[in-house]
Amino acid sequence: MSMKILVGCKRVIDYAVKIRVRPDKMGVVTEGVKHSMNPFDEIAVEEAIRMKEAKKASEVIAVRCYSTIQQETLRTALAMGADRAIHVEVPAKDCENLGPAQVSKVLAALARREGASLVLLGKQAIDDDSNATAQMTAAHLDWPQATYASKVSSCDGKLTVTREVDGGLETVEVSLPAVVSADLRLNEPRYATLPNIMKAKKKKLDKLSLGDVGVELRQHLAVVAVSDPPTRQAGVTVDSVDSLIEALRHAGRI
Amino acid sequence: MFRKTLFPSARYLRTVSSPSAKLLSTTTRNLCCNAEAPQRLPTSQADTLMDIGTRPLFNSDHDLLRQAARRFFTEEVKPHMAQWEVDGQVSREVWRRAGELGFLGMNFPVEIGGNGGDFLDASIFIEEQGYAQSSGPGFLLHSHIVMPYITRYGTPEQISRYLPDMVAGNKISALAMTEPGAGSDLQGIKTRAVRDGDDWILNGSKTYITNGSLCDVVLVAAVTDPDAKSRAHGLSLFLVDAGTKGFNKGKKLQKLGLKAQDTSELFFEDVRLPKEALLGTELNKGFPQLMQELSQERLCVGIICMAWCEAMFEDTRNFIRDRKAFGKSLTKMQVIQHKMAELKTSICVARAFTDQCIDLHTQKRLDQYTAAMQKYWVSDLANKVAYDCLQLHGGSGYMLEYPISRSYVDMRVQTIFAGTNEIMKEIIARSIVA
Repeated sequence: MSMKILVGCKRVIDYAVKIRVRPDKMGVVTEGVKHSMNPFDEIAVEEAIRMKEAKKASEVIAVRCYSTIQQETLRTALAMGADRAIHVEVPAKDCENLGPAQVSKVLAALARREGASLVLLGKQAIDDDSNATAQMTAAHLDWPQATYASKVSSCDGKLTVTREVDGGLETVEVSLPAVVSADLRLNEPRYATLPNIMKAKKKKLDKLSLGDVGVELRQHLAVVAVSDPPTRQAGVTVDSVDSLIEALRHAGRI
Repeated sequence: MFRKTLFPSARYLRTVSSPSAKLLSTTTRNLCCNAEAPQRLPTSQADTLMDIGTRPLFNSDHDLLRQAARRFFTEEVKPHMAQWEVDGQVSREVWRRAGELGFLGMNFPVEIGGNGGDFLDASIFIEEQGYAQSSGPGFLLHSHIVMPYITRYGTPEQISRYLPDMVAGNKISALAMTEPGAGSDLQGIKTRAVRDGDDWILNGSKTYITNGSLCDVVLVAAVTDPDAKSRAHGLSLFLVDAGTKGFNKGKKLQKLGLKAQDTSELFFEDVRLPKEALLGTELNKGFPQLMQELSQERLCVGIICMAWCEAMFEDTRNFIRDRKAFGKSLTKMQVIQHKMAELKTSICVARAFTDQCIDLHTQKRLDQYTAAMQKYWVSDLANKVAYDCLQLHGGSGYMLEYPISRSYVDMRVQTIFAGTNEIMKEIIARSIVA
């Protein structure tokens, strides 16, 4: 099978970092803060590489859409085993406006440009928790989608995907080309070993501009304010069910 | 001074385009990647002393490797340490895993079965073991002491026989020099290898042998010419496979620290060895062979102690943040603040020297005197840091469930093995008064 897989890699603040709100309350502090690849994207990269190792795919292309700084996210994907990488460069001033609406357009354009049959993304990024890019990309491409994948198997131009949904596990069959988003239990990403890190240095990393992929960035959302969640208040002990109901009513909860 | 050490001399730059550039490929990799050096903070300016992405010595590829190594120690070594301390040894599985992930024999050429990196790559793995404060697995001895002897002095047949399996973690190695009656005075060893036709008959015993219980192959120092003008001219090294008739592993030794390390006695009773067991082809070269590699051995111990200092410091920093006394956090008390300031300063100063030594060694420019200085200084420092950090932990520091207590006992041997600090001072003095 000569299926090409496109995998999206987002660079996010590392999960272990304590997030601080910026003094101007328009975002969080990112300067000098440890970043790494979105964990769900790592899982997506791993799945793509496993499909290639199982000879279900011929090429894994890792893509990222952001300003030029910090290439280690794509290099991590290459060190894990992706064949090549594409960095769609966005001017630094526009990066704040990059959300699922914009990134999905870029991914769709790249999928068409590269002739990919599968776009594998993480289900959501741990910074904005949008959980929208995969779905929007599928819509732009008019391809079927299978989100929250915890198991993916491929056979004869179709994918059987087990999805983790609120009600339990749902198994769907999608025909290729398709968009799949990876959930936590899909796999355990491999280590970047020294031989693979060294091989990654020779792999191609192409830089494209938004113009190259024919996408114009338009801002749909404006951030009004960012603040810390309210500090947890002390609770109140009530002595009977009636008091509880009264307290809940009083608080406007029921 | 930094310029000289961090940006190698012109001599190295000129040789890049020569036909032997392939041999220098590891050096050129460092040259290219040092372009990132200006953006990398020294540890003193970073948020924590263990941050990935710091230190001008490394580049972002090294960061990828460090992340992988850190993950390995965090997920596959640390959780098992408590059980391994009870067992007195680590599992074979962790050795195989380390091999599978390319963490053993990192800086040996791929052609002979290594992983093709350089000493800088290897030092990352050593450091991560220090950061994890997990003394159990004897990876350092295996990759950086035994393997270099085999690759440097062994015959092609010996290298192909042992190295691939050692790199894969399928064969664990040990080095047997110390005897009950001879430690620092290596020349006082009594283990004897006597010719019998083409074979050798080995008799003797060794003690305090790291990886002693688990080892599949051990490099044994034995007297081969008792009548040599000095003992130094009459020693040879032999490769002895576990299971050879007459080679018995004694009990695991009960130690103050390094409890998950399988340190044992080894006994050799009329062990018949084929002539191919002699390391290399030249007899009676054991002493100079051993001396050549000792700089690296000492530096490696110094590297792991340095990382351990930083880990103990960060553990303590986290502890004093959370701990309260007299109604306020320990971090608000001047005595504690000053102690932490002293610790951080000594650690950062030692880190600068250590990185200088790592850089020198990666370029094969580290001399035995500097290596001895680094080992003695940092192992002494590690003990001071362990003592002070344990004190800062208060009663918790005495409890085995806190890593600092384990680290305190683990650091105690660092001033003793790989050459006692007294011997280090002997060596250093030679550079001063000779």
